[in-house]
Amino acid sequence: MSGQGGGDYRDSAVRPYVLTQGRARPTRNTIGLDTLLVVADPQKPLPISASRQERALLRMCRRLLSLAEAAAHLDLPLSVATILASDLVDSGHLTARSRIPEVARPSHETLKEVLDGLRRLR
Amino acid sequence: MVSAGSADRYLPDTVQESVKILVVGDFGVGKTTMIGSVSEIEPLRTEETMTQASVGVDDLAGLEGKATTTVAMDFGRITLSPGMALYLFGTPGQQRFWDLWAGLSEGAVGALVLIDTRRLEGSFEVLDQLELRGDLPFAVAVNVFPDSRRHSSEALREALDLRPDTPIVECDARNRNSSLDSLITLVQHAFEKVSA
Repeated sequence: MSGQGGGDYRDSAVRPYVLTQGRARPTRNTIGLDTLLVVADPQKPLPISASRQERALLRMCRRLLSLAEAAAHLDLPLSVATILASDLVDSGHLTARSRIPEVARPSHETLKEVLDGLRRLR
Repeated sequence: MVSAGSADRYLPDTVQESVKILVVGDFGVGKTTMIGSVSEIEPLRTEETMTQASVGVDDLAGLEGKATTTVAMDFGRITLSPGMALYLFGTPGQQRFWDLWAGLSEGAVGALVLIDTRRLEGSFEVLDQLELRGDLPFAVAVNVFPDSRRHSSEALREALDLRPDTPIVECDARNRNSSLDSLITLVQHAFEKVSA
């Protein structure tokens, strides 16, 4: 439940750019809130230089989860999680599923499946 | 509602596609209640960082000297079929958060605007903005609180200045089936827009 205003703002001692090594944008813009992530190759180790947050994200995504869920469970701001996930996809550690191209709306078939799915829950 | 212990927090590996719906409204209007009533996981909270430049000038009081501010969003999930998951993101409606929407609304099915008839004026801005954008299908769900005065949907349509084709439904955000009906109304509308 959202509070009345005040509780929805928070400031953190650790600035987001520290976690992303100064970068404000991900290397690719194909990762969104609902992009599904899963580890690509469990045997592939991260480089020694990988940050604690990258390791935690990769561990969190050992099974299928959306970016938003991974960020929430790890208490990472979304913008930071997006950049880290993008790096891990680039390096072949994570696989991203199902990103609808930006601007585009879900297709007729997709909407039909959503509608049928919701109706089944009634 | 199933609790999200680490054992059941993951999606079945068969899921290949995810879609999202924005549940938009003012603080306290019942976004998280609605999301919680249909979500298979305990609603989660995530935070997006906004730069000060995105914050409306009318709302800078108390934020002086801060480089960034964070906006909390609660969200939930429904696995609709073996291959598809739906995410519901609760998104604040006020103007100062609209920059956030650009990213959120990309590829979204649509927006369900949740309103409280005791505070209609809080919905005008967001409805105007959605109509101006024109690209994101939306429907209006009136969350009926116990002490809400009842209005006919025609009276509300007029008060909110909605277009004739914008769906408007009454709901009880605490009730799963009622929340599902509101979502179905929105998706049906989005479906018809694509089919038209």
